[in-house]
Amino acid sequence: MSRIADQIVPRTGHSAWLVWVGAASMAYLAVFALALTMSAGRLAQSWTDALAQTATIRISAPPAELDSQTEAVLEVLRTTPGIEDARVMTAEEQGALLSVWLGPDLPLDTLPLPRMIEVWETLDGPDRQGLRLRLSAEAPGAIYDDHSQWRRPLIDAASRLRGLSLLALGLIGGVTGVIIALAASAALASNAQVIRVLRLVGARDRFIARAFVRRMTQRAALGAAIGTALGMVSMLGLPSLGPEATSGLGFQGAGWLVPLMVPVLIALVALFAAAATAMTVLRGVT
Amino acid sequence: MIEFTDVAHDYGGGALFEGVNVTLEPGSFHFLTGPSGAGKSTFLKLCYGELLPSRGSVVLNGTDLRAMSRDDLAEMRGSIGVVHQDCQFLDHLSIRTNVGLPLTATGRTVEDHDISDLLHWVGLRAQADALPPTLSGGERQRAALARAVIAAPRVLLADEPTGNLDWDMSQRLLSLMIELNRMGTAILIATHDMNLIRTAKSQVSARVLRIAGRRLQSAGADL
Repeated sequence: MSRIADQIVPRTGHSAWLVWVGAASMAYLAVFALALTMSAGRLAQSWTDALAQTATIRISAPPAELDSQTEAVLEVLRTTPGIEDARVMTAEEQGALLSVWLGPDLPLDTLPLPRMIEVWETLDGPDRQGLRLRLSAEAPGAIYDDHSQWRRPLIDAASRLRGLSLLALGLIGGVTGVIIALAASAALASNAQVIRVLRLVGARDRFIARAFVRRMTQRAALGAAIGTALGMVSMLGLPSLGPEATSGLGFQGAGWLVPLMVPVLIALVALFAAAATAMTVLRGVT
Repeated sequence: MIEFTDVAHDYGGGALFEGVNVTLEPGSFHFLTGPSGAGKSTFLKLCYGELLPSRGSVVLNGTDLRAMSRDDLAEMRGSIGVVHQDCQFLDHLSIRTNVGLPLTATGRTVEDHDISDLLHWVGLRAQADALPPTLSGGERQRAALARAVIAAPRVLLADEPTGNLDWDMSQRLLSLMIELNRMGTAILIATHDMNLIRTAKSQVSARVLRIAGRRLQSAGADL
């Protein structure tokens, strides 16, 4: 389309602000929804990785049998394929774990605590059913816990969070489409005279629609770029959770490139919404 | 070129006109006259498809108006130049851009020198970059004529083109249209200005159509 054809639609009108502000707001929200989606994904992965290849063996036995059962368990583990390493947790380590729940002044020596063995599995892991049978035979007080009862609900929660944030992204796209369609409809209505003149001089619907759609798309892309930039700056302003907080809210590394897609996607939504609206409205004009 | 067969057009409850049979041949020159409200503008709108007849058929370049798609209609309008009574400009664009609109809007190349020549022909070269609202009534009518002929139409329809003009300016506009007709363009002018019709008939072979009593009549010697 030539430069003159681009000027055919007047640059004034309240629909311009509607598109700018609408696209900027939706882009801002989309950046957050995107960050939440990516964070939920990282969270699920992080929890999976943290719990996937570890297990704990808890030995509850009379004090006289505790050492012998511990030795028996370690022997079973040494001879079990799929076990990479295992070690007995110290009393201090157990105390540290329990102090979270029971406070730091815990009298460990007076409590009948079970013996805890931390186990690292290989990638393939052991035959857990077989291992449990061997343990029950060699050390009746030993219970093998592969954390699956913790891992599954955590992963489910993270997956659901990710699904919800994807739904939010979809809703943002839908609302953007509605805003652009309304703005296009308002722009077409307020430019009825322009449309009439163009039809009278022989313009086809496609030409007229293109003039409006191009304007709408440009405004939506510009508004979305501003909203995305503001969203990214806001994400930068979030307090850091420290270098080890890999699952914190926000973008990380190359993930910062992902929100740059937001203006492009909003421009595409604007393009299709405005085109559909324009062609519908124009069909009512002779 | 434009053929009306038993055409009627209704407005509200009654017929504005009916039983209209007329053909506008290539290169012909017609005036359409009649009292205010008789349906002259409606007749012109039927000629370029802004309205559809209530009954009968209007055939443009061999195709019935009703059978045309929206794209067909747009293409047909590209071959018909129309000077509207209220000019129908886009007020935010310059006269130069408005005049080139029939080409721009149909994806054709607009040569600056063509528009300059045309504006020179209608005496508006100095106003090329002015906005339509800043022009006088006569200047706007001449600009509208320039826009109507920029795409070299085979038919030129003009609705009261001299309605707001003084006699000298009316004469000038008429001369431009007669010049176009001599180059082969069919002309149809809706007007109630009898002096204009008499002046034209002294220079060109023009047929006068009159809408009266809901009928289209052919007038002649009495003018």
